[in-house]
Amino acid sequence: MASGLHDSSFTNPVVRWIDQRMPVFTMLQKEYGTFPTPRNFNYFWNFGALAMINLVIMIATGIFLVMNYTPHTALAFESVERIMRDVNYGWLIRYVHMNGASMFFIVVLVHVWRGMYYGSYKAPRELLWILGVVIFLLMMATAFMGYVLPWGQMSFWGATVITNLFSAIPVVGNAIVTLLWGGFSVDNPTLNRFFSLHYLLPFVIFGVVFLHVAALHITGSNNPLGIEPKGPQDTLPFHPYYTVKDSVGIVVYLIVFAVLVFFAPNYLGHPDNYIPANPLVTPAHIVPEWYFLPFYAILRAVPNKLGGVLMMFGAIAVLFVLPWLDRSPVRSMRFRPIAKWAFLLWTVNFFVLMYCGGMPAEEPYVTISRLATAYYFAYFLVILPLLAKVERPLPLPESIAKAVLRGGGPVPGGAAAKPMEKA
Amino acid sequence: MPVRTLPMRKLKAAALAAALSLGFLAAPAAQAAEGHISIPDTRFSFDGVFGTFDRGELQRGFQVYKEVCAACHSLRLLSYRNLRDIGLSEAEVAAIAASYQIQDGPNDNGEMFERPGRASDRFRKPFANDAAARAANNGALPPDLSVITKARVGGADYIHALLTGYQDPPPAGVTVMEGMHYNKYFPGHQIGMAPPINSDGQLQYADGTRATVDQMARDVSTFLTWAAEPELEQRRAMGVRVILFLVILGGLTYAVKRKVWADVH
Repeated sequence: MASGLHDSSFTNPVVRWIDQRMPVFTMLQKEYGTFPTPRNFNYFWNFGALAMINLVIMIATGIFLVMNYTPHTALAFESVERIMRDVNYGWLIRYVHMNGASMFFIVVLVHVWRGMYYGSYKAPRELLWILGVVIFLLMMATAFMGYVLPWGQMSFWGATVITNLFSAIPVVGNAIVTLLWGGFSVDNPTLNRFFSLHYLLPFVIFGVVFLHVAALHITGSNNPLGIEPKGPQDTLPFHPYYTVKDSVGIVVYLIVFAVLVFFAPNYLGHPDNYIPANPLVTPAHIVPEWYFLPFYAILRAVPNKLGGVLMMFGAIAVLFVLPWLDRSPVRSMRFRPIAKWAFLLWTVNFFVLMYCGGMPAEEPYVTISRLATAYYFAYFLVILPLLAKVERPLPLPESIAKAVLRGGGPVPGGAAAKPMEKA
Repeated sequence: MPVRTLPMRKLKAAALAAALSLGFLAAPAAQAAEGHISIPDTRFSFDGVFGTFDRGELQRGFQVYKEVCAACHSLRLLSYRNLRDIGLSEAEVAAIAASYQIQDGPNDNGEMFERPGRASDRFRKPFANDAAARAANNGALPPDLSVITKARVGGADYIHALLTGYQDPPPAGVTVMEGMHYNKYFPGHQIGMAPPINSDGQLQYADGTRATVDQMARDVSTFLTWAAEPELEQRRAMGVRVILFLVILGGLTYAVKRKVWADVH
């Protein structure tokens, strides 16, 4: 063995030659082959892999769409319909991309929910969590700008409403809006810069996802019990156990995706976006895409414009400090009898906000939005810090292996500890 | 153990499904708020998951568009060649295209000129521009119909309802503005468009179908749905095959998963 070469354990001469000089195969083997993974994952742990797949699908379909799309106010709408009609399988590519955005948010919201329920944000995974929130923010920006590109009525008016929010910022607000627009109204320069950024941001997301995964591979994964693996009896090699388990999830995910794309491609969209943008005609109700509705409801719940904007961004910003708001040493909600219900109520509350966001800003939705907004923040700022002091958690199992293989111990039945037992 | 775990697994799956479907419910809820006029459900050949376009309906619908709607409404995203899809032959399409004079040019002298249409031409627009369209229509702009069924809540049902929803005289107590018409299903009920389909037998169907108002409205709604979603049949057929494939793949993947995990429980 020549000095300076990596000590490779691969025997195939070509693989070995490369691996000695650039140990990518060793790295893959370590990070995705033998990587010790808690043995008790349930199917909620599929959603990280699903999000990764979804990102790849979005980038792949997006690249093909760009080959046929024209970012100009006079041509954008028509070019999208050209894709639907005259590009070979253009309708498929576009509907996959369009519904892929919704699928991405479904998958990522479940992924975030899982992190919150099982306390994956707690030490030592704070940075991993923060990187995840960064990805979520980038996704929202990307989705928003992507929705503008077909230049339909909702594209135009959504862009107008959302960019105008920045004008609420004192002193520099109007300058920021002018910068975002590239002029004094939403027009061709806006469409061009949104197109440019919509192409750029997914690659930024890809970079942050890499960091997210890199951080994950230092701390290792959390698991439904929220206790650290104590030895090899608590873990399984990632391959084949979790590669195959993720594969099951991927197929189910693809079925849901296919139902949307092939049988209800416009179900989650808004009919007004098939009307070409017209700056002179305002739609009766300007409604954002469904995944923005909870935050839109928070925005509208506050009577003051700047206050609404701050609350809306605050709803995401509060996630960044979640690891320090929740000081309870117990990660998994399974062992937190009060926090569990507070969080499940928060989940229902999130859907209430989503519903109100889609409704016109009138009673009773305004009052409901306000109450729901209050609970959204109270959960983070009051309930979690308080529960860390007063809640008495249930006894934790000694180890993952004990809890999983001996049928339970202190694991509450309703939450189901055993992810995949042989039936 | 095995007896206990199965329902639990189902329970979890159900919980997940419920959470997801709640999210989906918000979308139509958002749309429901838009108008309080309920659109009656018309039964179309393309309804449902496996529905396909009735070719007779499509061709009659094209006839209605050509003889009635096309006087004011453009269909700018369609070309004459697209009519092959509704069951017309190449010769028929060429003849339809040639019956229109299309502006082309400039020629070698720098002048625009008119020539008979070709299959590759887009549908000719009734007006040169929006201003001309407004001038001819009492200030109202007849919308382009290329994607109209995707652009209205209710889609084809809405188009059918609108075409059959005129009421003259209007209900008691309603004053209709000068040049407007009362329509039960139009948002605000006052529409600039005069009843385009107003009497049975307004046109003679080539295939001998009785041209009732309902029949004409139904046919043109079908035609416009095809115009908006010409890929609909291919999309659904592909969807069935893709999902069947995925279900089988899912079964196999799950079996492999069970086998791989058999030794660690």
